[in-house]
Amino acid sequence: MSHPEHAHADHGHAAHGDHHHEMSFSEKYLFPTDHKYIAKQYMLTGMIMAVAAGFFAYAFRMQLAFPGMSVPFFGVVSPTEYNSLVTQHGSIMVFWVAMPVLIAAFGNFLIPLMIGADDMVFPRLNRLSYQLFLLSAILVVVGWFVPGGGFGGAWTSYPPLSAKAEYSLTPAGSSIWLAAVAVEFAAFLLGGINFVVTAMNARAPGMKWHDVPIVVWFICIASILFMASVGPLIAGAIMLLFDQQLGTHFFDPVAGGDPILWQHLFWFFGHPEVYVVLLPAIGICAEIIPVFARKKLFGYRAILYTGIATGVLSFFVWAHHQFVAGIDPRMANVFTITTVLISIPIAEMVFLYIATLYGGSIKFSVPMLWALSFIFCFLIGGVTGIFLGASGADIYLHDTYFVVAHFHYTFYPIAIIGTFAGVTHWFPKLFGRYMDEKLGQIHFWGTVLSFNLIFIPLFFTGLAGDHRRIYNYNNFAELGTPDLQWLRILATVALVIMLIFQVLFVYNFINSIFKGKLAPTNPWKATTLEWTTPSAQPGHGNWTPETMPSVYRGPYEYSAPGRDDDFHPQNVP
Amino acid sequence: MAFRPIATTRSATGMPTGRLAIWWLIVSEIVIFGGVLASYIMHRIGHPEWAYQAEHTNLVAGSVNTIVLLTSSLLAVLAHNAAEMGDGKKAAKLFVGTILGGLVFLVIKSFEWGNEIAHGYTITSSGFWAFYYTAAGIHGTHVLVGMIVMGFVAYDAWHGRELQRIEFAGIYWHFVDVVWIFLFPLLYIAS
Repeated sequence: MSHPEHAHADHGHAAHGDHHHEMSFSEKYLFPTDHKYIAKQYMLTGMIMAVAAGFFAYAFRMQLAFPGMSVPFFGVVSPTEYNSLVTQHGSIMVFWVAMPVLIAAFGNFLIPLMIGADDMVFPRLNRLSYQLFLLSAILVVVGWFVPGGGFGGAWTSYPPLSAKAEYSLTPAGSSIWLAAVAVEFAAFLLGGINFVVTAMNARAPGMKWHDVPIVVWFICIASILFMASVGPLIAGAIMLLFDQQLGTHFFDPVAGGDPILWQHLFWFFGHPEVYVVLLPAIGICAEIIPVFARKKLFGYRAILYTGIATGVLSFFVWAHHQFVAGIDPRMANVFTITTVLISIPIAEMVFLYIATLYGGSIKFSVPMLWALSFIFCFLIGGVTGIFLGASGADIYLHDTYFVVAHFHYTFYPIAIIGTFAGVTHWFPKLFGRYMDEKLGQIHFWGTVLSFNLIFIPLFFTGLAGDHRRIYNYNNFAELGTPDLQWLRILATVALVIMLIFQVLFVYNFINSIFKGKLAPTNPWKATTLEWTTPSAQPGHGNWTPETMPSVYRGPYEYSAPGRDDDFHPQNVP
Repeated sequence: MAFRPIATTRSATGMPTGRLAIWWLIVSEIVIFGGVLASYIMHRIGHPEWAYQAEHTNLVAGSVNTIVLLTSSLLAVLAHNAAEMGDGKKAAKLFVGTILGGLVFLVIKSFEWGNEIAHGYTITSSGFWAFYYTAAGIHGTHVLVGMIVMGFVAYDAWHGRELQRIEFAGIYWHFVDVVWIFLFPLLYIAS
């Protein structure tokens, strides 16, 4: 990551009094405490893990489309490898891609900049959080190469399959995977405490609760959700580890344990987790849409309160994952109602975004395209969720590809589209240069169209009865028909096309870091505080003590009447 | 010298940043212990026969340990008082007392566990003993971590630095104490 020429000049200005010290290479890139570099570390680690998880998806999708073939760059996928590939794809995409990029990278980068602080309140805790996260990433990778291979009991890791080596056939892999997840949780607990305390205490003078940008609010709400939901799973992980390694029987029904207990502990975390990653992504859209519609965000408070309502409700929906696990049907009714209820705040939020667009001067820049496609795709994910939340329909659809397509229509917009939206929007602030607009447009259309072509067919195979965890559908007479196989091949071909389009992004990303057009301080004419720092990599401290901003108004004053420019930055009196 | 951000000196809520952080830490800890205890209670209700196994726990050792922890918490309060007065040396001495309380707790605990294991009540004996060792084990780990942290804080306080940390570490120690107040009746007494 090179400094563009003028960055040195900016850095000189940013150097201030006793705060200033020249950072050595290791201080800056290996063990930084500067929140901007920690953000980049998280982002880079997450992107590398995404490449691995994307490759896994390619390998197992090829096996489903062309059973038994020798997959290029992988070889023949054995049944055990197939389970392992699916499991690792899911858990890595959730825990080592969505979490580090959306919460940790954007949280680290945006929170101090957007609230006008020179760093997190606990910079060294921040560094420790990344180091723990890196350790967990290394652990999960080590797990692929131990005897027996990587853990293959699905990212939900239900016992007794996950608890007993003679069932899972991955004696070391399952414990290493579990340990990696636990270490990762510790990392994000530390990070989350840092985020919340920073946003609560280190706001710029004059910044009131309702002057805080939505994305900062949502990353903090997400961190609180994470803190308040992950506990039972940490406890559950310890219990499962003891079941694996010490021979206890917490989840073993033969010896008086209860496998459903794990499902409760897991989903009490697992469902809020969806909103933990959703809120930052939808918050990123809330920042992008007003900028490129040149219009004030419609209903700031309503959006904020729907975000809080979503967070609260997300604690009362978890048992909709257990409709066929033998829970009391009366309980199933309760959870059907809460599940359908949670679509109300999210739908309201989508309406408010559309209302923001109404009458705006919309510019279809690359970040705006990503933000709009987020709303479109996530809407499909949300609407298909209603079918699964209704316990009656779920009994048929449970564990089919309809579920797979549904949650990819939520998670893909969150983890991939949300990330692309954020990266392309803040790229000038991250690296001081523009990304190439034309390449960005091609990459956008190629990615979004092929994404839809992957998962729309899977809704139909799911409705036709495709169970999720099947290695080869040709072994089932009613599922191995040419009609259904054609849909599976379509999904796989679309996936390969989508992965090829990502090469374009990687090229554009790296090339723009070094050779992109230099960006000014505020390239999008935005109002929030991060656009008042020197554009290319301000030094540690973001502003000089004299230029630390004060805040005079809310974050979305676009098309402000009575002004020469059409926007009114937060820090301008 | 290390970079000290202006952010650390701000206090938009009016509450010191360290205290705010320790309360959020405790929120996440409450949910961890909440998960263990809720699982245990649900199982306990489903298994009335666990009461007979609970009778084999050492009620005397558990009671003494409760008193030990409560006393150590009292010392932490006195240390906080001393720190408020600006008397770092006194605060450090009292905090060492708190640490010793934690040490006595762990020593009694290890004799207790050693005795139980010798009588054949191990973590794999039954569901009750699995919860007994797991819940108390997680709690014991927190005691140990608390002692280490308080050691560093006391060292700093002795040299007159970072006296406010006495309070933050103390809040954590009270929390560890409160968890034991829940564990003790649930594991030892309930029948």
